[in-house]
Amino acid sequence: MSVTTTSHTPTLQERLRGKGGHADRSFRGVVYVSGFVVLAVLALIALTMFDKSRAALSHMGLDFFTSKRWNPPGEQYGVLSYIWGTVYTSVIALVLAVPVSLGIAIYITQVAPNWLRKVMTYVIDLLAVVPSVVFGLWGILVFAPHVLGFYKWLSRTFDGWPVLGNIFGPNPQGRTFFTAGIILAIMIIPIIVSISREVMETTPQTEKEAALGLGATKWEMITGAVLPHSRGGLVGAVMLGLGRAMGETIAVALVIGSATGQITLNALTSGNSMPAVITAEWGEADTLKKSALIAMAMTLFVMTIVVNMTATAVVNRSQKRMGVR
Amino acid sequence: MTSDTHLPDQEVTMTMDDAPAAGGAAPAAPAVFDLRSLEVYYGQFRAVRDVSMEINRQEITAFIGPSGCGKTTVLRSLNRMNDEVPSAKVGGLVLYHGADLYAPGVSVTEVRRRIGMVFQRPNPFPKSIYDNVAFGPRVNGIKSRSELDGIVEESLKGAALWDEVKDRLKSSALGMSGGQQQRLCIARAIAVKPDVILMDEPCSALDPIATARIEDLMQEIKSEYTIVIVTHNMQQAARVSDRVAFFTTEINPESDRRTGVMVEYDDTKKIFSNPSDERTEAYVTGRFG
Amino acid sequence: MSTVLTAADLRGSRRTWRVIKSKLMIGLTLLSFIVVLIPLVTVIGTVIAKGAGIVFRDFPAWFTTDIPVRTRAEGPGMGPAIIGTIVITAAASALAIPIGILAAVYLNEYGRNSRTARTVRFLSNVMSGVPSIVMGLFIYVVYTLRFGLSGFAGSIALACLMLPVVIRSSEEMLRLVPNHLREASFALGTRKSRTILSVVLPSALPGIVSGSLLAVARAAGETAPLLFTIGIVTKGNWDVFSGPNTALSAQIFRNASAVQAGPQERGWGAALTLVAIAFLFTVLARLATSLYQRRQAR
Repeated sequence: MSVTTTSHTPTLQERLRGKGGHADRSFRGVVYVSGFVVLAVLALIALTMFDKSRAALSHMGLDFFTSKRWNPPGEQYGVLSYIWGTVYTSVIALVLAVPVSLGIAIYITQVAPNWLRKVMTYVIDLLAVVPSVVFGLWGILVFAPHVLGFYKWLSRTFDGWPVLGNIFGPNPQGRTFFTAGIILAIMIIPIIVSISREVMETTPQTEKEAALGLGATKWEMITGAVLPHSRGGLVGAVMLGLGRAMGETIAVALVIGSATGQITLNALTSGNSMPAVITAEWGEADTLKKSALIAMAMTLFVMTIVVNMTATAVVNRSQKRMGVR
Repeated sequence: MTSDTHLPDQEVTMTMDDAPAAGGAAPAAPAVFDLRSLEVYYGQFRAVRDVSMEINRQEITAFIGPSGCGKTTVLRSLNRMNDEVPSAKVGGLVLYHGADLYAPGVSVTEVRRRIGMVFQRPNPFPKSIYDNVAFGPRVNGIKSRSELDGIVEESLKGAALWDEVKDRLKSSALGMSGGQQQRLCIARAIAVKPDVILMDEPCSALDPIATARIEDLMQEIKSEYTIVIVTHNMQQAARVSDRVAFFTTEINPESDRRTGVMVEYDDTKKIFSNPSDERTEAYVTGRFG
Repeated sequence: MSTVLTAADLRGSRRTWRVIKSKLMIGLTLLSFIVVLIPLVTVIGTVIAKGAGIVFRDFPAWFTTDIPVRTRAEGPGMGPAIIGTIVITAAASALAIPIGILAAVYLNEYGRNSRTARTVRFLSNVMSGVPSIVMGLFIYVVYTLRFGLSGFAGSIALACLMLPVVIRSSEEMLRLVPNHLREASFALGTRKSRTILSVVLPSALPGIVSGSLLAVARAAGETAPLLFTIGIVTKGNWDVFSGPNTALSAQIFRNASAVQAGPQERGWGAALTLVAIAFLFTVLARLATSLYQRRQAR
């Protein structure tokens, strides 16, 4: 008899099954798809870049990377000097930006009172808001013309010195590797500061107090406790800054001076970088040249990806280590 | 014989459409829950084992015991809140009006709509008082303003909160006192018209006056709801409950880890005056725990 | 006796030297901040000094008139670039912000610490390092080659740059939503999707808005991805989907390498306009953050 009853009205067990789970399932579907957009875009970038750069790469072979001869009318596309320009300007930027950024991060996290900490963080963030093209405009119209006198002084002062004499070579110009390096340094300071700050803030109070309790001065506490504790994260921060500097385009394109074939230590001379060349020469490029420029972009892509992956891994690892503590 | 005859007073609880378990498996006693050899694992760790008990309708059942004895774990397995802990696994049977809550295909949302929960710390949403109470009904598809107004008023009255908040229904729930927030959470729970309300140490974050109000409230609403409460406060269990289950921990000889077990389950009077297990006696007389 | 004195003296002087060194080095860290203030103040000061003139001359001509067709011409006209920046950035935001928030929901509410989620999180960080010019060329290849120059092509490129930023900041905000709110909702028999939409996202909203606005501010200033994708025009084009367009950043770049005073002045004016827009969004983001903190404090 209970059998006939159950055939008419659903049992509690059946009602507990519920209905309308499809709303949950479709939402989950949408969310998963959104998560995978990142994978899709990155894969698509790699695929299309590779596909479109094949023409130039098969035309040039390995010479594409090892030759510095960039002569579009002669269909010669060697990017070595531009790789040099990208690397050299980025290294100059790091040399200038890293000490300054670490100094700021140390002051903000270890020295400044609370209110000043907020103000300084805000000011540094403002620097990140200024678009790179505005730095470029300022660099080409204001900075480059005015800095020439300083460059001449550098060149005179270090004339004949080992290394520095080569870096600050004779007959300086306004738009140079060094100008690009300085502008890049200004632009990567905010990112290095903000990550270093986060890393330094995780130094346990107990370690700092232990150092001070042993009679260390504040600076000894910083070099003895804070910096060793945050070393991994700081390396990551610097590398993220490097990645940003290598990919920066517009500001560099405006102030680097656009000279081909320059592979020199002389920072006070014009050169060119990969993104700057792509920007400048895309407009009038034929098919093969476009392929060469895309191959250049792919080279840049691979370089920045390697730097960024390493940086992310380093930061993650150091954060995990600190989380375990 | 129809299954209806098993169910003496089906019009009392609000979700009575569930209670007359039309299925053949309906129990003879007025039990809401029938646990058979329940055990819960977190990963490899067995938090509680071998709990078998029946929880009666329109009574207040209290779970007491020292911390780590698995009482909250058992409570959370009654409305499948343990599903939200990724590593948790439940074994044994949890029958709710005879229906297996862990049978394949059972929807946790259907389960939780019938079996509500109030948590240790008051956890109102960062919304207005009104929106907190109306949240559940809205989720269940009620859109009509007047209907919602009615439910909100009825639920707040049910939680003895209406007179205090009726003039500020639109202000944020986070501006209330802790005791008011907890009563709001009770109002929010009863707004979906559940059959059972699970309470996980609902007064542990409250002062004595707020605690007393919640206890009074439990007495008032137990004619409509079955209540299961976890508490670490023995006086509270003695004051409010009809039946008490005492849990404790046992060391597993092989793994040296502690697993919760239910020692004794009986009328409250019996547990506090004349318990049959000496561990219970040690605990309720304050010699242990 | 005298050796003991010397030792004590030595220790004393070394101690003073250590204190002096500490003060000196900390002074240097403060100096490094001041060093950075110089370019910041100079850049913003120059932009205002050289740009304000043309922006406010014959107000509101700067905002309403077309860009002079002859590059070397003097005088205002940046309306089309302002229109372009607005429509391109808006379309980019409409693409990147919803997808980014949903991807963050995937990471924090579904994927959590699974291998897939960790991979997505890692690649999202990697994606934030892809140079903007690479993104521009990529969109040129997959979109512009097929559908021609348009504002929307630029929007897709900007959206790709914004996406990882939105994902990262949104995920951080979702992580801050206390778990007891999710439990409260689940205990009422609310589905996971509804819990996320009605409880989790509203709680994290101000923080998510703040992060998204910062991404918008950053995107509005991007130049490189637009150069290959949107073309250039001198008349306003409100239609983001068809026809070439222009933007403030592209106009600054174009005018920066000019030698005549006219285009240079327009470059400064465009820079002032762009910086003002970027700052506006940053300030809005700050407001959202403080709103969030006030709500958290209660």
